[in-house]
Amino acid sequence: MKKFIRAFTFGIFALVPMLTLASSGGAHLDKAGNDLTDKESLKRGFESYINYCLGCHQLQYQRYNRTFADLGISDADGLAKYMYTGEKVGDHITNTMPAKEAAKWFGSAPPDLTLEARLRSPDWIYTYLRSFYVDPSRPFGVNNTLFKDVGMPHVLQGLQGVQTKVVTQEAIDEDKENGIAGQPEISHLTPATGGSMTPEEYDAFARDLTNFLEYTGEPSKLDREAMGYKVIGFLFIFFIFAYLLKKEYWRDVH
Amino acid sequence: MIANFMAWIEKRLPLMDAMNKHAVQYPAPKNFNFWYVFGILASVVLVNQILTGIWLTMSYEPSGDGAFASIEYIMRDVDYGWLLRYMHSTGASAFFIVVYMHMFRGMLYGSYQKPRELLWIFGMLIFLVLMAEAFMGYLLPWGNMSYWGAQVIISLFGAIPIIGDDLTLWIKGDYVISGATLNRFFALHVIALPLVLVILVFLHILALHEVGSNNPEGTDIKKKKGSVKPEELSKFTFHKQYTDKYDIVDAIPFHPYYTVKDLVAVVIFLIVFCYVLFFAPEGGGYFIEAPNFEPANNLKTPEHIVPVWYFGPFFTILRVVPDKLIGMLTMFAAIGVLFALPWFDRGIVKSLRFRSKAHMINLTQFVICFIVLGVLGTLPGTDLANFIGRIATIGYFGFFVAIWIYSKDEKGTKPVPERVSG
Repeated sequence: MKKFIRAFTFGIFALVPMLTLASSGGAHLDKAGNDLTDKESLKRGFESYINYCLGCHQLQYQRYNRTFADLGISDADGLAKYMYTGEKVGDHITNTMPAKEAAKWFGSAPPDLTLEARLRSPDWIYTYLRSFYVDPSRPFGVNNTLFKDVGMPHVLQGLQGVQTKVVTQEAIDEDKENGIAGQPEISHLTPATGGSMTPEEYDAFARDLTNFLEYTGEPSKLDREAMGYKVIGFLFIFFIFAYLLKKEYWRDVH
Repeated sequence: MIANFMAWIEKRLPLMDAMNKHAVQYPAPKNFNFWYVFGILASVVLVNQILTGIWLTMSYEPSGDGAFASIEYIMRDVDYGWLLRYMHSTGASAFFIVVYMHMFRGMLYGSYQKPRELLWIFGMLIFLVLMAEAFMGYLLPWGNMSYWGAQVIISLFGAIPIIGDDLTLWIKGDYVISGATLNRFFALHVIALPLVLVILVFLHILALHEVGSNNPEGTDIKKKKGSVKPEELSKFTFHKQYTDKYDIVDAIPFHPYYTVKDLVAVVIFLIVFCYVLFFAPEGGGYFIEAPNFEPANNLKTPEHIVPVWYFGPFFTILRVVPDKLIGMLTMFAAIGVLFALPWFDRGIVKSLRFRSKAHMINLTQFVICFIVLGVLGTLPGTDLANFIGRIATIGYFGFFVAIWIYSKDEKGTKPVPERVSG
């Protein structure tokens, strides 16, 4: 019976994660491979964000001076280098785009991106930034393989250049066999041409931006993990004494 | 001086006597195992929820416009606000883990059987209030999944004939889930339900100490007065309330023996708890769900609306029944039958260790069905999922039918030893 209970308990603990793992799926995402401890990367990402993204996408929960402090930028430097429109250093990172008008321009208002990395994952952002391709049927002439019919123009086209979709004959045949007409699955995108960056440079650019957005998603993440090691370390030591105390007392019982 | 003061107090309010009765001289069976730590762990989590909840309330803003932003304010601008928030959110899931384990322990060793029926009922009431508490708390961050989860659950009441629509309107306080709903959920979550919860926990413990703790063998440690030879009596001192009525065997005082043992369990629990808290506070997307990182939006439905994992089993039972009203009734019946478990089980033998093979098979299939229902509750309701869910629902209710049948004159039980062994 004891054996049974032991096996049973083990079964419960083993079964649950197995069943839940089996259920995960979704679109293929490229690994961002970003590193939150890389302050230089975060600074580059922050700068790119201010230059390319902030016009439309706010970071309304994140403050300038918190960002400066976490990225190792002094308030004076930050004010000069990153703040152009007369905000105070304690202000949230916002823009002045009217949401209602923006919804008319783009189909829906550009979302706030403070928590985007937690909503969708850093790998999603990294993949998204590298998945735009030419599609003349769309209002801005581009589409995205990860986010079909996205309302956003390819703001970074000047840097990346343009990618075009490639549909192989196999994909068309496969669709025919399955009785699906119309748009077959995109097999891959051609390397971008016409941008000011090489593909490697653009990947690094996207990685920095992703890194910065993972940071804004949870600015205290590194503090949290650092505290975690200390707390759990303490608990392990405490465990030894708690166990010895129990053993000492229970000598009376046995 | 101090002794005099203590005596003065004791005459007016017998604090020391109460402490002796419930801890220092409370006779607990000496053979508690792993499964007996979850009651204490649930108390630890309850205290955690109350304390972190108080501090979260200091910075939280219960309004449709401000709730979501105030959570991010707590996460970023309040000193250690992220720690308080994660302790509270991880605590919510931990609460259900330990409570489910605690309930399973009761089923494993027949702790709900006579004379502990009322104790079980108080426990079930705690479970019910806990679910309401968790449901209301889940709306407060005002994330999109919070919003739509609440939408789905509240709309259930609309299935009730005649009064349904008025009832949902009354619950929401508005025609849609809005700031008005948020505010009343906040009031219930921080005042009304915790108060009820604490009172119920108090009654649960009083009821436990009145009838005494069960143990993994289901043997009685309280023997008829005068039936035990003096040398076989437990060598420890117990409160006269217990020893006046019974001869106590195989027992040890709760304090210090179980307090030091539970301390070890608490530390092990905290290591696991802190691992999640500090390194995976989203619990793989189960403790804090990704769609809750965007604010509630009544125009944007999340891809699939599923409740938090701990409602999974009951949500699946609701979902696999094609009719909404019958589905809701079935779901409530699933909780109702648990309340009535002491009367479904007509057996005399308590512990699984000495019960029949039929009972072991029945309990095993029940646990499998419960876990399957729980997992399905977090997945989209496809045809296959609903099919499996229906089988598991039948298994769930089948447990109660089966136990009612075989437990009367149960065949194949083993003799229960008179005394606790080992």
